[in-house]
Amino acid sequence: MSSTASAFKESATQYCHDLDHRQRINKALAGYEVKRDENKSRFQDWEEARQVAAEIKYEVINHLDQYLEQFTRNLEARGVKVHWACDAKEARDIITGIARDNRVHHIIKSKSMTTEEIHLNDHLEKNGFEVLESDLGEFILQLRNEPPYHLVFPSMHLTRFQISDTFVEKLGSERVTEPEDLTMIARRIMRQKFCTADMGISGVNFGVAETGMISITENEGNARLTTSLPRIHVALMGIEKMVRSMDDLAIFLPMLATAGAGQALTCYNTLYGAAKLPGEPDGPEQFHVVLLDNGRTGVLADAEQRDSLSCIRCGACLNVCPIFRNVGGHSYATVYGGPIGSVITPHLRGLQDWKHLSSASSLCGACTQACPVKIDLAHHLLQNRRNAVQEKPPFFEGLLWSGFSFVMQRPAMYRLGAKVGGVLQPLHDYVKGSVLDPARGWTDTRETPQIAKQTFTEWWKAREKGNRE
Amino acid sequence: MKVTLFIPCFIDQCYPNVGISVVKILEKLGHTVDYPTEQTCCGQPAFNSGAWDQARATARQALKVFHDAEVIVSPSGSCGAMMKVFYPDLFKDTPEHKEACVLANKTWEFSSFLVNKLGVTDLGASFPGKATFHDGCHGLRELKVQREPRELLKHVRGLELVEMKSNETCCGFGGAFAVKFPMISTAMGEGKCASVTETGADYLISLDSSCLMHIQGMFDKQGKQMKSLHLAEVLAHNL
Repeated sequence: MSSTASAFKESATQYCHDLDHRQRINKALAGYEVKRDENKSRFQDWEEARQVAAEIKYEVINHLDQYLEQFTRNLEARGVKVHWACDAKEARDIITGIARDNRVHHIIKSKSMTTEEIHLNDHLEKNGFEVLESDLGEFILQLRNEPPYHLVFPSMHLTRFQISDTFVEKLGSERVTEPEDLTMIARRIMRQKFCTADMGISGVNFGVAETGMISITENEGNARLTTSLPRIHVALMGIEKMVRSMDDLAIFLPMLATAGAGQALTCYNTLYGAAKLPGEPDGPEQFHVVLLDNGRTGVLADAEQRDSLSCIRCGACLNVCPIFRNVGGHSYATVYGGPIGSVITPHLRGLQDWKHLSSASSLCGACTQACPVKIDLAHHLLQNRRNAVQEKPPFFEGLLWSGFSFVMQRPAMYRLGAKVGGVLQPLHDYVKGSVLDPARGWTDTRETPQIAKQTFTEWWKAREKGNRE
Repeated sequence: MKVTLFIPCFIDQCYPNVGISVVKILEKLGHTVDYPTEQTCCGQPAFNSGAWDQARATARQALKVFHDAEVIVSPSGSCGAMMKVFYPDLFKDTPEHKEACVLANKTWEFSSFLVNKLGVTDLGASFPGKATFHDGCHGLRELKVQREPRELLKHVRGLELVEMKSNETCCGFGGAFAVKFPMISTAMGEGKCASVTETGADYLISLDSSCLMHIQGMFDKQGKQMKSLHLAEVLAHNL
């Protein structure tokens, strides 16, 4: 077992036994489900909307080169500097370079999973820049030095009391536990930082090819400040975030809000197409868009799983996933957790090291059903399992399945084997639950079914014989 | 109609009464039932573990055995989905692909066969008691079977059916997953058991004996009273 797999198992075991965690996450997500369903019903036809969204993304992803070029051309026409980054390192270097060239000291960020993907904060801090997260959830995590727990709700695993403790410990603030009071503490700090920051870094929810604009969706207003107050705005965008036109946004913005957070529409939806243009009174002096590949073209080359590039990072698949709800977001140890993370992480970071995430699923398919852009998530988990075995056949398991198929192709042998199993089953009682029990994975928490004295096949044969006589 | 049965291997071995109930029901409806005794396993355990070569070798046995069948009926959403949904994937780009598709098209999950193919919803069954119904995920999401078993249970005299909370949530079985990741499987099972218990039902009914094996196994381990039954057993109760 790889070290990533054993770390996953260890963490999952811990979380699965943490009943407080389970109760808290289930309660939070039950509330989300109610709101989500309310807002789904505001769509004329949610299923039809999913189909339309999936088709738009299909078109975009299958002509990604053309849409990216159109997008870039339109941005550059307005003086926006567009950078192309093959991998995380290149993206980090580009962003650090912009900061260095412009003698930046203080950087403020709005929420962006793509910056998490390239571990941007660490790199910037190592290079001497001060970085502050301005999304409340991310701000809390930055103080705690923790990665996001969830794509959309980064600190949903924390209680307000834990957050209060963090603020007392790290900020020396007074002990308050009301959410409003806690928010005010963060706000006081952030407002000052917004005014002193000389560079703002954001993510991108959608890139609009037709107009050459990026769309950012947020609830706190911090992204607007991040992108407009500092003199430089850098937006990091995965190349798959494209849509064709403003009309496409008309479906994707409400869909993202509904599927992601159970909202009709996110509070602030803003489009950015340029830095301060001549004659405009305010806005940043420079606007950079960094386009990131980092394994995405590899996914694009995989016709079977290409649709996973349609992901709009709404987190709906995490919210409905019974695995996620029990093992918690941190067990994945990946930037993108939950079903979509289990599907794409092997592409982004190596199949053999991350295949365990595809195995850690009952394949219930709740994710596929929830995905607003109809990514075939559950089936992709199956394909990852197959690909992992094909790439590096596991010796013992391979032997097991070869034995299995050998027997299953020989009905007489299979029935004899089952008969022998039935005779031996009483012996199992002697070792059940002990270290010698080969079925301990099952018997620790579950009783075993009994092999019947007369199997169905025997019943059938006896009946046929009776009928003939 | 001549109906050919596919009885999943673990039903054959551990829950023969499910198969016997299916035979009784179909014969009561006037159909001829055939059970080719050369059948073994659909291959799903190997398929789900990524061992597609071995899964294909196993599935070939099913292609051979059911080649001449007119319709295949299986009392399992999971094994039914394996044949109906996953065989075409498994045999993609192989010479047997067409045959796999033919087999997929003539395979029916038991409750769906009764309601959608035969148009039967009332079997004249009676079963006194309070019960709740568990949707197996493969039946629910791969085969889209949800209304059918409820339609059939609605017509069972004496049966009070109550829906459990989060009735679309997985029970945590998932085949080899239950043994490879027992802590996750158990945590999910605990949630399911709680939902079942909360209904106050005496019986837990499902289309899938595999989910029931897991849920019943947990109830038994905890020493809690619950009787799980396959839908076919309920429908054939007084036959």
